[in-house]
Amino acid sequence: MNGLAFHYPSLIVLIPLLAAPLCFLLRKEAIVRPFTIAVGFACFWISTNLLGQVLGGDIIVYEFGGWARPYGIEYRVDILNAFVLVVVSGIAAVVFFAGPGQARRAIPEGREALFYSAALLCLTGLLGVTITGDVFNIFVFLEISSLSSYILIALGRSRRALMAAFSYLIMGTIGATFLLIGIGLMYQATGTLNMVDMAQRLQALGPTKAIFVALAFVVVGISTKLAVFPLHHWLPNAYSFAPPLVSAFLAATATKVAYYLLIRFTFGLFGAALVFQTVAIDVLLMPLSIIAMFVGSIAAIYQTDFKRLLAYSSIAQIGYMTLGLSMATQAGVSAGLIHVFNHALMKGALFLVAACVTWRIGGTDLDAMKGLGRRMPFTMAAMLIAGLALVGVPGTVGFVSKWALVSAALEKEALGIAFLIMTSSVLALVYVWKLVEIVYFQSPAEEIEKREPPLRLLIPTWILAGASLYFGLFSSFAVDVAKLAARQIFTAGL
Amino acid sequence: MATQATILLWSMTLPALGAVGVMMLGRWPNLRDGWTILIGISTFSCVARLVEPVMAGGRPSITFPGFMPGLGLGFEVEPLGLLFGLVASGLWVLTSLYGFGYMRVHKEKNQTRFFTCFAVAISAALGIAFAGDLVTLFLFYEILTFSTFPLVTHAGTEAAVRAGRLYLGILISTSVLFLLLAILWTASLSETLRFTPGGFLAGKISGASAGLLLLLFAYGVGKAALMPFHRWLPAAMVAPTPVSALLHAVAVVKAGVFTVLKIALYVFGIDFLSTDGLSDVLMVIAAITILAASIRALTLDNLKARLAYSTISQLSYIVLGAALASSAAVMGAGLHILMHALGKITLFFVAGAIYVTANKTEVSQLDGMGRRMPFTFGAFCIAAFSIIGLPPFGGAWSKWFLVTGAFDAEQPWMVVVFMISSLLSIGYLMPIVVRAFFRPLPEGGEGGIKEAPLLMLVPICTTAIGCFAIFFYADGVYRLLAPVMGLGG
Repeated sequence: MNGLAFHYPSLIVLIPLLAAPLCFLLRKEAIVRPFTIAVGFACFWISTNLLGQVLGGDIIVYEFGGWARPYGIEYRVDILNAFVLVVVSGIAAVVFFAGPGQARRAIPEGREALFYSAALLCLTGLLGVTITGDVFNIFVFLEISSLSSYILIALGRSRRALMAAFSYLIMGTIGATFLLIGIGLMYQATGTLNMVDMAQRLQALGPTKAIFVALAFVVVGISTKLAVFPLHHWLPNAYSFAPPLVSAFLAATATKVAYYLLIRFTFGLFGAALVFQTVAIDVLLMPLSIIAMFVGSIAAIYQTDFKRLLAYSSIAQIGYMTLGLSMATQAGVSAGLIHVFNHALMKGALFLVAACVTWRIGGTDLDAMKGLGRRMPFTMAAMLIAGLALVGVPGTVGFVSKWALVSAALEKEALGIAFLIMTSSVLALVYVWKLVEIVYFQSPAEEIEKREPPLRLLIPTWILAGASLYFGLFSSFAVDVAKLAARQIFTAGL
Repeated sequence: MATQATILLWSMTLPALGAVGVMMLGRWPNLRDGWTILIGISTFSCVARLVEPVMAGGRPSITFPGFMPGLGLGFEVEPLGLLFGLVASGLWVLTSLYGFGYMRVHKEKNQTRFFTCFAVAISAALGIAFAGDLVTLFLFYEILTFSTFPLVTHAGTEAAVRAGRLYLGILISTSVLFLLLAILWTASLSETLRFTPGGFLAGKISGASAGLLLLLFAYGVGKAALMPFHRWLPAAMVAPTPVSALLHAVAVVKAGVFTVLKIALYVFGIDFLSTDGLSDVLMVIAAITILAASIRALTLDNLKARLAYSTISQLSYIVLGAALASSAAVMGAGLHILMHALGKITLFFVAGAIYVTANKTEVSQLDGMGRRMPFTFGAFCIAAFSIIGLPPFGGAWSKWFLVTGAFDAEQPWMVVVFMISSLLSIGYLMPIVVRAFFRPLPEGGEGGIKEAPLLMLVPICTTAIGCFAIFFYADGVYRLLAPVMGLGG
């Protein structure tokens, strides 16, 4: 392995970290945008490379400064987090390509560089959380990503964006504090911050009250970030008032990283035996996930704003992921991971469509979107594809997710849960079809000419929409990797 | 086998290519319609070329690995699927001709979108016909639903959109809630989802669970229009008549009953189905649907709605045949796919011709129309006889086998159901013929002969002659199907 490739695990975090202040100094959008795109693709390239290295079952351990654990900080790449890295950096690359897109419309003039800096910092945080093997590092990176995402949301044009950012800030900080308290308790019990070390010591200690409390704090803290029902209240506002590109980025990455953390802490650090047998959080998590699937979908049906509809649909989709996790089986976890990948593609595509619509008509009110099917045919075709994926129509990624999740439920002989999953996907059909009817069957209040958004918005939208189709037909990539990752978690632990 | 696999692949991709061509030629209607016919004929001849190898016992197949690990996208031609493929692609050509006449006379808008979706729907129907496993079948089943949605809502009016909502809502919900669940349940029981002659579920599931699985399958195939999930079919009649004719007498509904029959034969296997009263509940539901839909048809004055309920009733003949699970009954069910398709498409063609030529939609308006449109109503008469099951028309054979099959399965009550239903079908079809030929034209009506345009009349007469001719050539179809039905060739 040559010198540079050896440092990939640190580079994937360092590159965006250093690029962020540079963007702010460069200022001119004409320079900043290509620069950010280059950074995004560099991260994506590194992450796919890392995934390729670990797929065989090896684990990359990168020790900072050559300090071995438990003294130094280490980055640790296995299949699970390499997979999440690919999702996060891939989405970042695609979204950065779009740039703030509707610069003139959604982001105050002269603040484009701020957008890029904050977005890069956010990416740094998300990648850092995912790759690190040190629990305190997780908290630090989580705060980096959260703080920058508050900035990104506050960039929204509507004044309510400030309020949304603020309430997200409150909820996010509470969540992070809970996580920190949990980590503190774990540190107190084990005397180490290194994940591998900590996992071993926790095993040796066995279940104690302190660890139960730590588990409770950690799970609640992460669930807040993940927007698990009933801790989801920040999400609809944050996603609907943020600039649409920011929503696309956050919806497809931030919750996915939180989901990764939940898997890491439950299966890796605390151990499945403690979490699912001694404490049995699935008794709580499973009903909450199912409620989320229904509440999110039903709420989505009644929304009058496109982005808000998508946000509520996200709550339901997160329910699918946590449902997979709460099954505590290999099949369940891999179904959850498959959905992480698939949901990132389709929700990313849909929020990019929202960005196109905002660029075109200045907002995403459903009333204003009447008849857009004829006025923005390509954009709306992408919406149709991604929307059908959300429903889980065969040939799209949503079907792959549904197949995996229902198979996992049937493997546990839970025919009732399988039926509930199907029922909630019918609800998804209702809100997606509501969109389709508005866009294709209703006529607009005022005639507007037929025009598509610029290519730099349309291309990323179609990349994600096309991927929702491609990975629906040729699903082996996501399915195989998710299965390998789940197997690694169940056999090797961390 | 390579060449057969190629033909198989072409038969499914041709209509899809045709759709692309139609879209591109949209600006030149004559060229576009010529292209549709060309593609239609080529598709039909592709499917027809598969007949000989399949009769000889071959099973042309093709698989694309990579689609869902361990599942693969697979196609395999077997006799029943081939029959459905022949029916769908053959009648597509005739319906296209009819459609040109109808759409032009009626000056419909969005004709290009119409014929594009039409071609996609046929491609999906052939995908269903040749699907080699349950997942592939499900994929095309859903494509068929979505591609026909723009056809149903073609008019674009509020009523059409509402009907479209019902159409999509019922078909997608049932397919997701029941069919997909049933497929996944099957997947958890068996390693394979490939259609296997004689079925693969025997011994893996039994008792009440097996009955439940069968019901999930039967209700999951919403296109078979078993009550109480039949409402989409009459609702979809807001579509232009060519759509009702091809899709709701042939492609969509037959895709539904074909799927039920295929699952009965290739997933459960008729030997398994006939044990322990496994299919008793399904049998009763199908019988109720047959009778209730026939009675409903009697009460309706709108011609298309009456035909729609007649379709619901006739579809359940096929489901009942599958549920009876004796060799003769499934043979009857298989034959009925063809016989009913020929008869019902003629009836719908006629309904459209009357609407376009005389602007009449209600049965009560048809007094004396037989004298103004003698060919059209002659065809109607023949098709009605065939649906009722009188010789010498095609429907007689399928009914004969179904009734024999009911005796074989020792279900005398089902024989009674078939008999009552025949009487009811006389009740709702013959008054139309009687009115048209034996009642005088209403006062002040125009006299003289005014037939439908030739583009519509030719398909009408062709399918009507088909109803008659198939009576004498049913033997060929019998020999095609016999091996899979457990009847010596």
